Amino acid sequence: MDPSLQLSPSALMGLGHGNDWGAIWPELSLGCLALLLLVLETILPRSARARIPAVSICGQACILAVLLGRLDLPITTAFGGLLVLSTRGQVMRVFFLLTSLLVSILARATLPRRRVPLVEFHHIVLVVAAAMMLLVESRNFVMLFVALETVTVGLYILVSYYRSSAATLEAGLKYLIMGALSSALLLLGIVFLYGVAGSHGLAGRTDDAMQYDGLRGFLDANPHNFLAAAGIVLVLSGVAFKIGAVPFQIWIPDVYQGAPTPVTAFLAVGSKAAGFIVLLVLVAEVFPPYEWLVGPVLTCMAAATLLFGNLAALKQRNVKRLMGLSGISHAGFMLLAVVSVSCAPAAIGAVYFYLYAYLIASFAVFGVMTVLAGPDDSVQELAGYAGLARESPFLAGVLACGLGSLAGIPPFAGFMGKLYVFVAAFRSGHIGLLAVAIASVVISIYYYFGWIRAAYFSDEAAISPETAECARTGAGFLLRVTLAALVAASILLGFLQGPLGILMSGP
Amino acid sequence: MTTLAHPAFDPLLISVLAPLAVALSIALGLPKRYAVKLAYAGFAVPALMALLVWWGFGDAAKEPHGYAFLSGYSTGLDGFGIGLKFGINGISLPMFVLAGLVGLAAGLYAIQSGAERMKTYLMLLLVMQAGLMGTFASVDVFFFYFFHELALIPTFIMVGIWGGRDRTYAALTMTIYLTLGAMLSLVGLVAIYVKSGASSFDLLVLRDTLASRPLGESAQHHIFGLLLFGFGILVSLWPFHSWAPLGYGAAPSSAAMMHAGVLKKFGLYGLLQIALPLLPLGASHWSMALGILAGAGNLLAIGIVTLAQRDLKQMVGYSSVMHMGYAFLGIAAGSVLGAGGVVMLMVAHGLSVALLFLLSTSIYQRTQTFDMGRMGGLAQGAPMLAALFVAATFASIGLPGFANFWGEFPIFVALWGHSHALTVVALTGTVVSAVFGLRAAARVFFGPRTEAFAEVAATHPTLDMGWAERLPALLLVAALLFVGVWPRSFSTEINRALVGAQPTAPAGR
Repeated sequence: MDPSLQLSPSALMGLGHGNDWGAIWPELSLGCLALLLLVLETILPRSARARIPAVSICGQACILAVLLGRLDLPITTAFGGLLVLSTRGQVMRVFFLLTSLLVSILARATLPRRRVPLVEFHHIVLVVAAAMMLLVESRNFVMLFVALETVTVGLYILVSYYRSSAATLEAGLKYLIMGALSSALLLLGIVFLYGVAGSHGLAGRTDDAMQYDGLRGFLDANPHNFLAAAGIVLVLSGVAFKIGAVPFQIWIPDVYQGAPTPVTAFLAVGSKAAGFIVLLVLVAEVFPPYEWLVGPVLTCMAAATLLFGNLAALKQRNVKRLMGLSGISHAGFMLLAVVSVSCAPAAIGAVYFYLYAYLIASFAVFGVMTVLAGPDDSVQELAGYAGLARESPFLAGVLACGLGSLAGIPPFAGFMGKLYVFVAAFRSGHIGLLAVAIASVVISIYYYFGWIRAAYFSDEAAISPETAECARTGAGFLLRVTLAALVAASILLGFLQGPLGILMSGP
Repeated sequence: MTTLAHPAFDPLLISVLAPLAVALSIALGLPKRYAVKLAYAGFAVPALMALLVWWGFGDAAKEPHGYAFLSGYSTGLDGFGIGLKFGINGISLPMFVLAGLVGLAAGLYAIQSGAERMKTYLMLLLVMQAGLMGTFASVDVFFFYFFHELALIPTFIMVGIWGGRDRTYAALTMTIYLTLGAMLSLVGLVAIYVKSGASSFDLLVLRDTLASRPLGESAQHHIFGLLLFGFGILVSLWPFHSWAPLGYGAAPSSAAMMHAGVLKKFGLYGLLQIALPLLPLGASHWSMALGILAGAGNLLAIGIVTLAQRDLKQMVGYSSVMHMGYAFLGIAAGSVLGAGGVVMLMVAHGLSVALLFLLSTSIYQRTQTFDMGRMGGLAQGAPMLAALFVAATFASIGLPGFANFWGEFPIFVALWGHSHALTVVALTGTVVSAVFGLRAAARVFFGPRTEAFAEVAATHPTLDMGWAERLPALLLVAALLFVGVWPRSFSTEINRALVGAQPTAPAGR
């Protein structure tokens, strides 16, 4: 039988069971909500359309509430093994739902000022969030690729959403080209793996090489196959694009700067998190026989990513680029944890915790950036923050807490995230990487401090009238409550971790 | 893990929560009148609790390691071996009392200072106070570190906002240096956590585990080195000291009092409470290097630099770097006597350096300068200020009758048994510190008025200290004299705690 047809019977079998559709109810409800938004736009009178984003936010909040009640989930496979659902999967569903909810809240505050279509933005955000959930649950390369493309195509549109801005269009084009290149690399890698795993005459050959289990069986039997090794490196490269690891970080500063600020946040948090979970699953479940290859590759990547992100951020004056570059160094910290997974299984928990800490802190900072963004979204300079503390102590406080958490200072969650990563790295014996990480923390203090300094310590330079106007009027009630909640969550998670801490510290 | 006790009345928890609660209510927008009143309580309650603990410590029930007032609270991290566990032993008792008293003095001084943005200033000081109390009350190593950072962050912010000359540069330098120190010590603590196999940050569990299964020699060397330099940076061990004079020179007085007086002792305390008992082989391995760095660097080199200072606040800053040299030498001596001297010195130096920073600012308000060349004859207008400054100078020189004497004297005795050369260096240091201390007192307060000061005095009539300004200073002087006259109030318990940790302490000298 032609191997490419192998997929459909197993997928159809999943359909035959019928009850599998219930397993992906969060994704389905997000999709329905997204369609509902479009329907509402056509049937509602023009005057009521401005409320559609609120419908999206309420809908997501409802799904989130139901999801939080069903966190405990035994490991189950769905759709004939295409998807695997577990408690960790639920934790990531909550993560992506939080991400899309926060992006919607930021967009609701900023889009009406920009004269761009409202509803389509919220629609795409929901679809992308659902695709991200599927992405981290997939245990099959075809499923992975389809979900990944759904995410990426959605983000192509979102990145170039401010159509009238040259910087945004440039960012969109760059993201499109780079995204296509990374998809091509990933696909080539998958094809290599699929091809070699299906070769007759090799031990452990399998007809089901798209499936992670099947591929794992083949890799176990052939731990030193050259073609498989090449495929693995290509797949890792494709994923490295998504997480922004060196040497595939080149697109990040330009795209982050040009994209609308809520989309920058979506890229920085959602896209990166999805990439990391995919990487984690591949490294922990599929590639262990090739640890001899994956370990050194990821180790070099982690060290280079940590150093590049921080050193490049030192002289950066544009805050959107700064967030991009600092995000690269955060990717380095999480890579450090991923590298440690083979020797210290608790490192998996460290990645999850780090992602949550990063989500909370990043959105606090991006929220403040959204409020203060002037007429040109891509020009947000450090100098624009001078005197913020006098004009708006609240926004300055949120900014300081967010940056403090990103810098890894207690009592914020970012500190615990770094501690978990350090412990994992120490347990697995990556002392050299640990030293690089420590140096990075110290270097990163410089630019985070520079930002706080601009907001707090410069009373000579008065705040510019436009920024003052934004600080007064930009943050609506919902956004203020959200920012306050993010700060509270950051402190709470740093100090009193409750169920999340226990969940994460498990094996 | 040991079971967690929840006493109905937990003075240690109260001393942490009270300032935090006040800080929170100020952050939530309490009007200024009430904020200031409540802040008095926020500073007074920890001091009161500290005295209560000190009073009750002798009779309190103790567990085998000598800890009393034990209590534990789960923070959802039990699986990770982390729990909020409070307790006091003979080593932490003096530090806890010190933190309470200096915090109260710094708070009182801040309230009367009339600083700009008073509410934020008080809020940050209260957070710092909570961090200080928590640091010395923690039995869990993780929270020991956590509370230290909680107190450290407000310091940076206060230097950046209310600081004097070069405040932004000073704040940045301080932040980078101290973050480096904190990170190195964090890795050292993580190393102990992982290598001991105890999978717990509870100091008591770590002690038990390492007593039965000590770490290998090379592991001890490496980890002690990490802790020594990590903690050393935080205590301004030469050549990593340059943040200290710069930072203290720029810091507002209350922040400098709390940092130089209490928070900086975190590193020494960590070495005594954690590193020495857990890593005895590492301690003896590094003792020679530490002795040379502290003796030649902190005492001699910085002593000479201090002599050359014309700026009063810089001089106090450098002198505090220099006096840390004695503490390091006491640790290098590697005996119970030396370590006990270090604890006494930490208390005494904390009180006296806080007093000196307080008085420097009071002097500045009258002379409008820190340049000692532009002062003189201040004693005529402000006799009380002069008397207090002379007392503080005597204390920091180590004259008998003040607490500092009971810190330095045992260290010299212990050091003689360890190395004659270092003892000679240390004694030379006392002469140097006498010279710069007394010269400063003479220049500022006695002799004729300089022309520059006469001009300032014409526009700012020199007034003596009012009661609001005197009270915190008198509090510190009283504590210095009390410990100076009756050192047994602390030394008995210090001795008991250090001898209790002896089986794992460095063998011999």
